[in-house]
Amino acid sequence: MNELTTTRHNELIDPIVHVWGWEIPVYLFLGGLVAGMMIIAGYFFIKGRDEGHKCICYQIPLLGLVLLSLGMFALFLDLEHKAYVWRVYTTFEIKSPMSWGSWILLLVYPALLVNFLLNVPAWIGERLPFLKQWSQRIRSIKNIKRHLGKVNLVLGIMLGIYTGILLSALGARPLWNSAILGPLFLVSGLSTASALVHMIARDQSESEMLARADNLFLAIELFILALFFIGLLSSSEVQVKSAMLLLTGPYAAVFWVFVILTGIIIPLLIQNLSVSHHIKHTPIAPIMVIIGGFILRFIFVQAGQYSHYLNAHFIK
Amino acid sequence: MARYAMVIDTRKCVGCMDCVVACKTENKVPEGFNRDWITTEARGKFPAVQMEIRTERCNHCSNPPCVHCCPTGASHVHDHGGVVLVFHDLCIGCKACLASCPYDARFIHPDGYADKCTFCIHRVEKGMEPACVAVCPTHCMYFGDLEDPHSPVSRLLAERRHHAIAPEAGTEPQIYYLI
Amino acid sequence: MDSISRRKFLKIGGTTMAVSAAAGSVISKAAEAVKKASPKGIQKIPTFCDICFWKCGVIAYVEDGKLWKVEGNPLDPLSNGRLCPRGTGGVGAHYDPDRLKYPLLRKSARGKEEWVQVTWDEALTYIADKMKKIKAEHGPEAMALFSHGIGGNFLKHLFKAYGSSNIGAPSFAQCRGPRDVGFKLTFGEDVASPERTDIKNAQCLVLIGSHLGENMHNTQVQEFSEAIANGASIIVADPRFSVAAGKAKYYLPVKPGSDIALLLAWMNVLVTENLYNREYVEKYGFGFAQFAAEIQPYTPEWAYPETGIEPKLIYATAREMARYKPATLIHPGRHATWYGDDAQRSRAIALLNALMGNWGVKGGFYYPVSMDVPGYPYPAYPHSTKPKVDNPGNKYPFAHEVNTNGIRKATISGEPYPVKGWFVYATNLIHALPDEQETIRAIQNLDLLVVIDVIPAEIAGWADVVLPESVYLERYDDLNVEWFREPFVSLRQPAVDAPHDQKPNWWMAKKLAEKLDLGDYFPWQNIEEYFNHRLSAAGLSYEQLKKEGIIRGEKQPIYFSEGVPDAFPTPSGKIEFYSLQLAEAGFDPVPKYTQPGAPPPGYFRLLYGRAPVHSFSRTQSNRVLMDMLDENEVWINQDIAARWGLKSGDYIRLKNQDGVVSNRIKVKATERIRTDCVYIIHGFGHNSQMLKFAFQKGASDAQLITRYKTDPLMGGTAMNVNFVTFELEA
Repeated sequence: MNELTTTRHNELIDPIVHVWGWEIPVYLFLGGLVAGMMIIAGYFFIKGRDEGHKCICYQIPLLGLVLLSLGMFALFLDLEHKAYVWRVYTTFEIKSPMSWGSWILLLVYPALLVNFLLNVPAWIGERLPFLKQWSQRIRSIKNIKRHLGKVNLVLGIMLGIYTGILLSALGARPLWNSAILGPLFLVSGLSTASALVHMIARDQSESEMLARADNLFLAIELFILALFFIGLLSSSEVQVKSAMLLLTGPYAAVFWVFVILTGIIIPLLIQNLSVSHHIKHTPIAPIMVIIGGFILRFIFVQAGQYSHYLNAHFIK
Repeated sequence: MARYAMVIDTRKCVGCMDCVVACKTENKVPEGFNRDWITTEARGKFPAVQMEIRTERCNHCSNPPCVHCCPTGASHVHDHGGVVLVFHDLCIGCKACLASCPYDARFIHPDGYADKCTFCIHRVEKGMEPACVAVCPTHCMYFGDLEDPHSPVSRLLAERRHHAIAPEAGTEPQIYYLI
Repeated sequence: MDSISRRKFLKIGGTTMAVSAAAGSVISKAAEAVKKASPKGIQKIPTFCDICFWKCGVIAYVEDGKLWKVEGNPLDPLSNGRLCPRGTGGVGAHYDPDRLKYPLLRKSARGKEEWVQVTWDEALTYIADKMKKIKAEHGPEAMALFSHGIGGNFLKHLFKAYGSSNIGAPSFAQCRGPRDVGFKLTFGEDVASPERTDIKNAQCLVLIGSHLGENMHNTQVQEFSEAIANGASIIVADPRFSVAAGKAKYYLPVKPGSDIALLLAWMNVLVTENLYNREYVEKYGFGFAQFAAEIQPYTPEWAYPETGIEPKLIYATAREMARYKPATLIHPGRHATWYGDDAQRSRAIALLNALMGNWGVKGGFYYPVSMDVPGYPYPAYPHSTKPKVDNPGNKYPFAHEVNTNGIRKATISGEPYPVKGWFVYATNLIHALPDEQETIRAIQNLDLLVVIDVIPAEIAGWADVVLPESVYLERYDDLNVEWFREPFVSLRQPAVDAPHDQKPNWWMAKKLAEKLDLGDYFPWQNIEEYFNHRLSAAGLSYEQLKKEGIIRGEKQPIYFSEGVPDAFPTPSGKIEFYSLQLAEAGFDPVPKYTQPGAPPPGYFRLLYGRAPVHSFSRTQSNRVLMDMLDENEVWINQDIAARWGLKSGDYIRLKNQDGVVSNRIKVKATERIRTDCVYIIHGFGHNSQMLKFAFQKGASDAQLITRYKTDPLMGGTAMNVNFVTFELEA
C-alpha cells in the first residue's frame, strides 16, 4: 500500500494535468485534415488529374484556408498570454516542434493561397476582379501545377506529421512517448481528408477514387495504431500503464467504440461495400470517419495528460 | 560555469511547509498557486510503516524538456548556474512546458505566463540562499554549486545515500534527496 | 497599504497626538517622524511573533510602506533566525479581510452576531460603566479575565488594580497544567514554556503522544532536527504513525489511554534489571524503595494486553533508554489533558526521567535563566477578602494556576460567589473549553462579556462588546523577558500601521483604567515611556533594543555541572519517587493505571492534534496559511474505511456519543493510525458568520468534545474521552 499525498494545488495541474481542453484537439484535427487535403490536392496536380473546373482539387484550397483558420483560432483561444502571441515569429527554436509548426503554418497559408488563386471560384471572382488577374498571372507560370503539387505534398506531409511530433516530443507524458504518433496523425489526417473530399467531390470517378484511398488510409491507420500499442506495451511500466488507460482504463469505452469501431472498422466495412457497388455511396461512412478522427485527437490529448511518470496518482 | 543544485535531507524534513510559505511571501506567489510543495510517501501496513517526506519544486534539470519545447525561447537556461527561468514577456502561454515537465512543477500565473521556482536567483546573485533554504527550521535544505567539490551539496552527495525523483524520465534533475 | 501620502501623514500624526496628548512625549514624536521620513525602499523592523505563544524574534520587511514578508531575527536564540511556517505566514494576519476592524456593540440577543459599530470612547465607556456597576453590586471579584499571551499583561494589571485576581488562561486546565503539576510533585518545579528540555543534546529522545514536527514549536523542532542529525535514538509511542514516528528507531502503536501502563512497565524494567541511574537516584531520590515496591507488578507482560505493545518491544525500548542515560529525555509533552489521570501520567513521565538521572543534566532538563528587568513601580494592588473563585474548598489541591473551567462553573452556579462579567483576551473559549454548551450557559448568566481579539472568532459572536486589537505587526506590547537557555529581552514594535480602527492592548487597558478611575496604575503617558523606565532600571538601552529587537545577556549556568544548585523545592528537598503529600491528600503516591474504557460498537475514540501551519483556531482566517491547508481531514484506518465503503477524499460527518453531528469533513484513509481511533486537526469547522473565509471549512473537534473528565489533582479537563461514528453522505 503506497500512500502518496501532495500539498500542491495548482490550477490546470492538480489533481490531474489538464492544461489542454478542446482547443488543442480541434486544432490538431483541423490541421491534420488540411494536411490530408493538401496531400490529396498535391497528388491530383502531380498526376495531372486536375482537368476541368469540376475537379475537387479546386475546392480544397478555399475550404482548407477556412478550416485552417478555424484551427488556428482555436489554438489562439488556448493561449494564456494572448497579447504576446507574435513572439513565436521573432525566433526559430529548433528543438521545439511548436516553433517548427508556427513556421510551417507560415508557409502553408501562402501555399493554400496560391492553390486558391490557380482557380478562383466564379462567385468570388465576380466580386473581387483583381483576383482573376492574379489567377491568370499564376497560371501562366510554366509547370506551375506540377511545382505546386510537389509543394502541397511536402507541406501537407510536414503539417500532418508535425501535429503528432508536437505531442510525442513531450516525453513527460508516457502515452505520447512514441515516434509513431507522427505517422499516426498523418494517416488519420489523410483518412479524414479523403472522407471529407470524397463527400464533397462532384465528379463521380474522383469520388470513387477518394473512397478507395480512404479505405486504404483507414486500414493503414488501424495497422499503425496496433504498432503504437505494441510499442507502448513492450516498454517500461509507465508506458504500459499509459497504454492501458486507452485499452482497459477510463478512456477505454470511448476509444474502442468511437475511435476503433465507429471511427475506423464500421466505416471501413461500409465503404468497402460501397466501392464494390454492393450498396450506394452515402455520407454515413465519411461522417463517421471524420468524427472518429476528431475523437482520436481528443482522447489522445486527454489521456496523454492523465498519463504520468510518477506512476501513481496523488490521493489528497 | 556553476551548476546549482539542492540537497534535501529527508531524515530531518518534517513536512512543515515553512519552505512553501517563505517562497510565497518572498516571491509574492499568488494565492492558490504553489512553486513548491510537500510530498509524503507512506508504505506498509500499520504499524510497520515507512515514510518519506520531501519538499519538492522545479528540479532545474540539466536536460530540461521545458526549455526544448518552448516555441519562443521564453523558457531558457540562465547564463549562470543551470537555473531554468522564464522570460515573462516572451511567453505566449501555450502550456507546452507545463505538459512537458515530468514533475508537474510549472503553472500558469494569473497574469498569463508560465511560472515556477526560480531557485530565488534574485537572492542567490546577492550571495543569499533561496528563501526556502534560508527559512527551513530543521535545516534540512542545502543549496550550492555542484561544480565546487567543497560546497555543502557536493560533500553531502559524496557522503550520504541519495535519490532523485523519477530519474528515468531522463531530464537530469538537480534536486537530490538524502535518505 | 499605499505609500504614506500627505493626508495619511496628518491622520497618523493626528492619531499619535491623540494617544500621547497628555504629555506629548519627545521620544514618540521622534520615532514617528523617523518612520515617515523613509517610506520608499525596504525597511527592516525587528519585533517578535504572536501567531503562537513562543514569541520568536522577527524581522518585518516593509517595502515602500507596505508589509512584504517576515523572517527570523538572527539574534534571537529561540528561532535562530528561522521562523516556523505560521510565523513566516504572519503577514496574512495583517492582510486578513475578515479581521475585526471597529469596536462593536451587540444590538440583539447574545450569539446572534448583530452589531452596531461604535467609537472607542463609546465602547470603553459602556464597559467601564458596567464594570463599576458590577463592582458596586457584587464586588470586583465578580469580574474574571481569560487571557492568553503576552498581550494580556496590561489587562491582567488592570484587573488586579480593579480588585480581581480571577485571572486564568486555558493553557493551564485545558493544556499543560497536568504536566506542570506532575513535574512539580516530582522535581518541585514545572516544565515551563518554552520547555526546559535539552533536546539537542539528547542521545535518546522518547516521545509519548508528542507529535513534534506537526506540533511546530520552533525551538523544539529545530532541536529535534539537530538530535536526528546527531544520530539520536528516537522512540515514539503514539496511536497514530506521526511525522515523528517516521523518524523513529522504535515505534510503539500504543492503545489510546494506556500510556500510564506503558510508562509503569518501562520503569519496572529499568528498576528490575538495575538499568536506572543508581548514582543519581541514590544522591537525589526520596522514597525510592517504596516506589520500587509499588511498580513491581507492572511488568511488560502485564502491560501487553493493556497497551497492545509486545513485551519484547517494551524491554528493548527500556534498555535502549538506559543505554544513553543520563542523556535520555522522555519528553513531557505539552497539551496533556487527555484521559482524566493526566497529572499522574505526567508524574510517571517525570519519574521515568528521574530514573534516567537527567534533571539538571545535559541531554535532559536544564535550568532556564532570565534577564533581570525590574517591573514598573506601580502602586500596590487592593487586597481582596474573597479567595479566587475557581477552586472552592481547594477541591483540586495541587492546582497552582487559576482553573478556567472553575471560573465557568462558578459563573453558572453562582457558587462560591457570583461571577458577573468576563473579559476574554485572545482566546476563543468556544474552541478552547470542552462542552461549548456549558460555556454558552455560563455566558448567558453574565451582565458583561467583553471580547478583545484580532479576528471575529466564535467567542466574539457571544460578546456584548467586541474590541478589535491591532495584530502584532502593528503594535507595541509588554517587554518579553524570557526564561530560556540564555537570558534575553525582546521588544515588540509596530512595523506597519493598523489598517482600520484597531488599537493595541496597552492603549485599551490604559484608557479603560482612566474611565475606571484607576489612572494611577497607568502613570506612564505612552508605552515607550514605560519601556524606557524598565530598561534603564535594568541598565539596558531602549534605543539599542528598538534597533536590534533583542538584547542578549551573558550566558549563565543551566546544568548542575555548571554550578546550578542541585536542590529540589519539594517537601523532602529531593526528587520524590514516593510523594507523601499526594498520599496525605488521599491520592496515589506513585501513579497507578486505570483502564480508559472502550468505544461503543461502531464508534471510535476522537483524537486531535496540530498542523504545523496553523495555531489553534486562530489562523483559519489567515489567507497565506489557509493557502497551505484550508480544511482538516479525519484520519481513518484503511481497513476500517474499506469496511465503511470510504476512501480518501470522500466527505462524511462525525457524530459523537451524545448525538452531536459535525460539519462535513474529508476522509483520509490511511495505514498511519490504529483501528480503534480517529484523528483530526484542531481549530477548523468555524461557524462564526463574520469569519467568511474560514466559515465551515473542515469540522470542529471542539464541537464534538461534549464530555470531559476532571483531573482530581488539579482540575484539568481531559478531552480525549469522546467517541465518534461516521455519518455518510447520501
